Amino acid sequence: MIKSVLHRLCSLSGVSGCEDEVGEYIVSELKGVAEVKIDNLGNIIAFKKGKQRSLRKVLFSAHMDEVGLIITKINDDGYLRFSTIGGIDTRVLISARVKVGKNKVNGIIGIKAVHLLSKEEKTTVPKLSSLYIDIGAKNKDDALKYINEGDIAEFDSDFVEFGDNYIKSKAIDDRFGCLALIELCKKELLYDTYFAFTVSEEIGLRGAFACAYEIKPEIVVVVEATTAVDLADIKGENKVCSLNCGAVIPFMDKQTIYDKKLFKFATELANEKQIKWQTKTKIAGGNDAGAFQRSLAGIRVLSVCVPCRYLHTPSCVINFYDCEHTEKLLFELIQKLGGESNV
Amino acid sequence: MELLKDILLQLSMAYAPSGREHTATEIIEKFLLKYTKDIKKDALGNIIAVIPSKKTNAKKIMLDAHYDEISLMVTNIDDDGFVKFTSPFGVDIRSLLAKEVIIHGVQEVFGIVSSKPPHLLSDEEMQKAYKVEDLAIDIGFNNEKANKLINIGDSITFKARTTNLKNDIICGKSVDNRAGVTAIIGCLELLKNINLEVELIVLFSVQEEAGTKGAKVGAYTVNPDTAIVVDVSHAFTPDASKDETGEMGKGVMIGISPILKREISAELTQLAKENEIPFQTEVMSDNTGTNAASIQIARSGIPTGLISIPLKYMHSPCETVMLSDIECVSRLLAEFVKGIREGETI
Repeated sequence: MIKSVLHRLCSLSGVSGCEDEVGEYIVSELKGVAEVKIDNLGNIIAFKKGKQRSLRKVLFSAHMDEVGLIITKINDDGYLRFSTIGGIDTRVLISARVKVGKNKVNGIIGIKAVHLLSKEEKTTVPKLSSLYIDIGAKNKDDALKYINEGDIAEFDSDFVEFGDNYIKSKAIDDRFGCLALIELCKKELLYDTYFAFTVSEEIGLRGAFACAYEIKPEIVVVVEATTAVDLADIKGENKVCSLNCGAVIPFMDKQTIYDKKLFKFATELANEKQIKWQTKTKIAGGNDAGAFQRSLAGIRVLSVCVPCRYLHTPSCVINFYDCEHTEKLLFELIQKLGGESNV
Repeated sequence: MELLKDILLQLSMAYAPSGREHTATEIIEKFLLKYTKDIKKDALGNIIAVIPSKKTNAKKIMLDAHYDEISLMVTNIDDDGFVKFTSPFGVDIRSLLAKEVIIHGVQEVFGIVSSKPPHLLSDEEMQKAYKVEDLAIDIGFNNEKANKLINIGDSITFKARTTNLKNDIICGKSVDNRAGVTAIIGCLELLKNINLEVELIVLFSVQEEAGTKGAKVGAYTVNPDTAIVVDVSHAFTPDASKDETGEMGKGVMIGISPILKREISAELTQLAKENEIPFQTEVMSDNTGTNAASIQIARSGIPTGLISIPLKYMHSPCETVMLSDIECVSRLLAEFVKGIREGETI
């Protein structure tokens, strides 16, 4: 995995509905590598010719969008009210930095100082509706010079390498998947393969529905970053999955019961190739597989993920070692799925 | 104003957790060296700089600003290498989730404040603010490596870039009270070519966040005739009460409190009016919670005044001030120092 490309991908803006920056970059990366088209919603669909024709249409998919905020109202005093796009825990927004609008205006989500709180306020989480973004505007007219109601705000969070091979950034969910697909697409592949970079996963798997209709695949492998909760004081199955323990192959999440044969095939392949893998020990989360599976007359789905801590916060954390195992498994899968008749 | 901005940007990026301020002394001394060579450090780490007067037995005026910053402290490293901590100095715990921190261990160790994802929490838990004991720092090392890098008792500070918002507003960590330090350096700049009637002593003090401790011993050493404390105070935000806060961009906040000498507060107000320096009044019924509280009762008592810079989001990683307010403080301090003549009794 090329860390510098992941760095680049994570630093792009791509809050759901505004994925253009990510899309343009991916198209530039795939130039001359695959046949690329962009559909009506902004999904990027790439077809890569392999050495042989595939026995069936196989699609590898990752989403381009990330969670973020939308400015709902500018107050008379120049502060911006907002709502969340995608699931964000209100508590991680407190004192967070954001970039607002096309010009990426610096903003902060401040709250009144701890010294000014009542006893009750100290123990409760402020309501989302009480939070606001401060860009330093004097009043509404001043704010309107820089931004508009309806503008998007994204997390302002650096890409940092730390600890023993760990990476922290915003939007690793799912720029990791985008990176994995770009790298696969650049390799010499045995079989013809489709790749999709979808929009609007975080607001209800919307892009994937259109992709399924357009490509009509028989098998979809969704490449994602999935919630790991291997944190202090969390024991046993509550960890869901753990960093440093390899690729995650879920059997079920809140959207999807994964195809049993594909699950078995992937796990056996990982064992055979000595690729470290784990499954999720809780039925949690969900991804584009949920949309693909119930598209057309039904599509068989598999998901291969990298475990990621603090998903949907400005500070997603993954381990490089897991990325390598995940990518290795994806490569083995792509070299097999097009040719196996009994999977 | 560009000078003030440059100083504040550099100072707020430096680390000076209470009781472990040594990591920032060098950069502060660098700024002071432009104005005097007489710079000393005392047993606790207070920086004391003297700008001598041409006169003998000149009155001693002390300007104080604390340079320590709010911090956390390591209490344990768990079996998986997560770092547990305590919060002895008033950090806003609600501000911690998913934030970047630096643990000041054998080396600076980067970490993220770890939080459980929403889907593992009940609806009831989601409404509750975390307690410090529920949190841990993720440093990406296992227990063995973590133990080599970090010791129990190490200080932890926010890691945050200092950035510009619109209208010359600066946002960063530890702006409380590097803004005050900046204002005093700005005052020295204004006074640099003036022969002072008074001996001017700058005290950049430690351990304010730990209970205004540094200023107490600093004031003992300096033994000034008059002291002015520069700190930050709350500026209005939409979720606060206008009655409890000052206003950003409206200039100096001149403190009035039972512990502050009335004549000094009045003199500062008079000087602000005469020199058209925007000001607002901050009335407090208590000991102000600033270094003024301990300076006033150092030695046999020191007449003390308090000037504050309006600041939003205190004790978070995004403390926010407006440069023009800092400039107003520098100007008012300079007028105060210039205005005192030998034999006057303020």
